[in-house]
Amino acid sequence: MIRLRGISKIYRAGDVAVPALLDVDLDIEDGEFLAIMGPSGSGKSTLMNILGCLDRPTRGTYELDGHFVHTMSDDHLARVRNRRIGFVFQSFNLLPRLPAIDQVELPLIYRGARNRRRLAIRALEAVGVADRMQHRPTQLSGGQQQRVAIARALVTNPTMIMADEPTGALDTKTSGDVMRTFDQLNRERNITIVFVTHEPEVAAYTRRIIHIRDGRITDDSPPGQTAPAATPRQAVDWAPLPPDTAPA
Amino acid sequence: MILVDTLRTAVRALGTNKLRTSLTMLGIVIGVGAVIALIAAGRGAQKGVTDKVRGLGSNLIFVRPAQTSQAGVQNVLATSLTSADGDALNNPQQFPQIVGVTSQSAAATQAIANGVNVSTTLTAADPNYPAVRNFLPAVGRFVDYQDGSTNALVTVLGATVATELFGDAQSAMGQTVRLAFAGGEIGFNFRVVGVMQTLGSSSSTNQDDQVFVPLTTLQSRIRFLRNPLGQTNVQQITIKVNKSSQLGSTKTAVTQLLLQRHNGAQDFTVQTQDDLLSAANDVSRTLTLLLAAIAGISLVVGGIGIMNIMLVSVTERTREIGIRKAVGARRGDILLQFVVEALIVTVAGGVIGIVTGILAARLASGQNFGGSTPVQTVVTPVSIVAAFGVSAAIGLFFGIYPAFRASRLDPIEALRTE
Repeated sequence: MIRLRGISKIYRAGDVAVPALLDVDLDIEDGEFLAIMGPSGSGKSTLMNILGCLDRPTRGTYELDGHFVHTMSDDHLARVRNRRIGFVFQSFNLLPRLPAIDQVELPLIYRGARNRRRLAIRALEAVGVADRMQHRPTQLSGGQQQRVAIARALVTNPTMIMADEPTGALDTKTSGDVMRTFDQLNRERNITIVFVTHEPEVAAYTRRIIHIRDGRITDDSPPGQTAPAATPRQAVDWAPLPPDTAPA
Repeated sequence: MILVDTLRTAVRALGTNKLRTSLTMLGIVIGVGAVIALIAAGRGAQKGVTDKVRGLGSNLIFVRPAQTSQAGVQNVLATSLTSADGDALNNPQQFPQIVGVTSQSAAATQAIANGVNVSTTLTAADPNYPAVRNFLPAVGRFVDYQDGSTNALVTVLGATVATELFGDAQSAMGQTVRLAFAGGEIGFNFRVVGVMQTLGSSSSTNQDDQVFVPLTTLQSRIRFLRNPLGQTNVQQITIKVNKSSQLGSTKTAVTQLLLQRHNGAQDFTVQTQDDLLSAANDVSRTLTLLLAAIAGISLVVGGIGIMNIMLVSVTERTREIGIRKAVGARRGDILLQFVVEALIVTVAGGVIGIVTGILAARLASGQNFGGSTPVQTVVTPVSIVAAFGVSAAIGLFFGIYPAFRASRLDPIEALRTE
């Protein structure tokens, strides 16, 4: 469960303060499937980085599964990313020259987990590329690479997957496949999935769309009636909490 | 992150750019190899000197005249030491620990026989010489007391001289050799009564290349060997003591007696074999240090090469570092990964360098390289361990900064890099 309160991110360029996010409040419950949309420069990537614990806000509180992330050290954030968050990127971000199976094992290595191979195979099976596990990224199609990346995000059994334009480098058909994979993971495993995208047809797969502009959330609603398989079901609880209270 | 995984990751990363890795490694190989080989050469020189001093015999004390000079020219013959000094030391009542004393002088000479003319060293010695120096005749005999008392014109040839003049030791016996001095102006015919055993050419001064005559013969027949007082000078008195533990006390006693005899004038030096060794070792240790320092510079240059390549590698792999951080690598994990990569290069380079250095030392051993004496090399375990340790330390030292830079990369920035 995610709770952002008064999150601001201000970059300093010399003497000029450039706000990328301003006073954002956002709650995401477990098992949500949502998209963050907005034009470039709107602050959606910054929000994504903060949600993914890659970056810390300048102001505000971020509570993830009962932990206050905004006060954590870099190493502590690394551990949170390792255990609770999976990342999927537009450009896949697989390591060069490494076979798929090793790509997927990577987060487990940093966790110091046992049974790495078995877990990695299972993750590759879950996204349907288990037959490609000895292939290197250059030997895989874009869709297959993105599936390996999803398997890598999935293998640690995270509570949330952050996907930054995951279909941006894929054709329409492959995009659909990848989106259906996300949808399946969300439904079957109750994994929270947060997307950043500017493609409405991709956002349409989700069940909640947040629009962001100039560092502020401008709209937060389920996708329109045209969205396939979109059944708005998540009632968002907007009841504000005092920022300091952490659920046990 | 478990160390095994770190190692595997590092090996894989190094394997992706084999040419670069091997070239980087080469710097360390050359550095370590040079350190090993040059220290071996220095040690070999040290051993050569040690062998030479030890080859003189065992438990020896050497008394030599203090060097004198006239108008800046060293005067070898104007010495203060006489055979009477030697006789005074050869006194079992006063010095029971002294088992032998021999006095000797030396001069350059030409040995001529059978129309062959060789330059060699003339050693004028008393009959105690073989026992003290543990250097015996192989054929015939050494000069004896009767030769001494009659100033006999007899000579004992070193093995090399005998071979050069007569072909072999046996045929030299009874032959006549003319020993000429001062460019041939003075010369005497000597009868060969013996040929010395071969000491071998392992030590760098060739003790086989000399001829022996009775000390008194030289003193009585060659006038310029006398000092102005008419005493017969010697250039060295060699004292053999019973046990090496007695060297120090005997040295003191000998010095006292000689001071007394010379009316308190310290116109001589008394040195034990150990003194000679330590003096020689001082020189060769300096040499070894110098060689090691030169080799060490190449090792440091190799280390800078490591640092350079690691910095390039960190820059090139910024995105990889970002990915690793995104999936949960902590700073320490990244730091360790790059340090281990540098360590693998230097440790592997170190091992190859050690092997190369040992091989180079082996190959160089016994070669002359245009000089007169063959090079000796001694590879010491200490130098191997030290070279290994230093190469690992260099990996650590020059690897840690690039690794630190890598570990401090901001994951967002790193992921944004193309």
